[in-house]
Amino acid sequence: MTEEQHHITLHVNGVPRTATVPARRLLSDALRHDLGLTGTHAGCEHGVCGCCTVLLDGEPVRSCLLLAVTAQGAAIRTVEGLAGPDGALHPIQRAFAECHGLQCGFCTPGFLMTTAGLLDRSPAPTDGEIEESMAGNLCRCTGYQNITTSVRRAAELLAAGQGGDPAGPWAGEDPQEPVAEAPLAAGPYAPPPGGGVPGEARR
Amino acid sequence: MKPPPFRWSSPGTTAEAVALLAADPRAKVLAGGQSLIPLLNMRLASPPHLVDINRVAELDAVEVTGDGVRVGALVRQAHLERDEAARKVCPLLGDALPLVAHPVIRNRGTVVGSIAHGDPAAELPAVAALLGATVRIASAAGVRDVPADVFFVAPLETALRPGELVTSVWFPAVPPATGTAVVELSRRHGDYALCGVAATVDRETGAARAAYLGVAPVPLVLDLPADDPGGYAAASVDPEADIHATAAYRRHLATVLTRRALAAARDRP
Repeated sequence: MTEEQHHITLHVNGVPRTATVPARRLLSDALRHDLGLTGTHAGCEHGVCGCCTVLLDGEPVRSCLLLAVTAQGAAIRTVEGLAGPDGALHPIQRAFAECHGLQCGFCTPGFLMTTAGLLDRSPAPTDGEIEESMAGNLCRCTGYQNITTSVRRAAELLAAGQGGDPAGPWAGEDPQEPVAEAPLAAGPYAPPPGGGVPGEARR
Repeated sequence: MKPPPFRWSSPGTTAEAVALLAADPRAKVLAGGQSLIPLLNMRLASPPHLVDINRVAELDAVEVTGDGVRVGALVRQAHLERDEAARKVCPLLGDALPLVAHPVIRNRGTVVGSIAHGDPAAELPAVAALLGATVRIASAAGVRDVPADVFFVAPLETALRPGELVTSVWFPAVPPATGTAVVELSRRHGDYALCGVAATVDRETGAARAAYLGVAPVPLVLDLPADDPGGYAAASVDPEADIHATAAYRRHLATVLTRRALAAARDRP
């Protein structure tokens, strides 16, 4: 069957990005496969692990539980939007690196974006708030103690004015030049010939 | 883990949404998607048509009066959780919402969607049943109000008919002398509870009522006797065994959690 395609625009990290997707495309897959932003990780794909967490209009959400078409027109912030244009780590990323808040790193984009959402709403969270916020993200390496330490450290760094807005260095600035729709042309994440999602059975 | 293909409609008003649902009785409503999209991803559901109500701005409204709280179909759980006025009129909502999954899920999940989904292990259907909430339903034929006690029919099955859309749920305020509480036990923070109890206690008469989640096919509401309410609850629930707990353990929890819920409700200032 030929699926109906929808043209969508997402404001990703301050940049308007367009894609042409079927209605069933998850936001996580649209970011990874259609826009080439593979920093957002797809873990369990049913809302349990939290790896795919992104900010949707400033609020952390599971991108695997959101259709890309539903997000039409929304502001999305992904882990790629944390570091500065010069590659300088965001204070939240620095805190995780300093405090050993990661080992294999698979879950880290989700923890970073969950932390960004938390600190934006609550710049000086209590330990209880941190635990409550992080409880929805799974990490199989660290045992979580270093992650909660990292979040406390990130709050300190942000409070000390080292990076300003936890939602990212581009927040509030003019969007950059629009970037044309540019799916990855080759490599393991490239869409298969005829469209669709890599790895998905073709009929 | 990708949803099966479906047709997608994005109405801008309730009238448009209802017209789309009337034209296609097999269509499903998509709001927060925190239950429906996992079902699609795991291909446990494959509705041919999704009517996405996320652009229906008129459904994103909380109305608070002294008599109760009306929650529109697009109000996110996190939004209601932060609504001080609503929490004041309906403290049980403020107590129950933090028990629903995790904060990030509640940023997207809707209060009304949780009720329309009708999961007997979920907190909000039990709160609706306990408070005597009313579910407002729109269709091409008009609007009808369905009391919570007849809305929940079976696990994941409600009185909602094809072509219908829940537009809001009305939670009545409890009388001033009534204390409320909700307690539950889950294996891990944020998991579905093995058993949960939401309770109201009239501090003047001592009359106690409780709703049970996770231990019956629908939210079970019991008027509890003054003598051994926990034992009465254990004899009344109908739990099933699964990988998380035996039926006997869930029955035991009904006794213990009844005691805790009633004590908390009585002590509530």
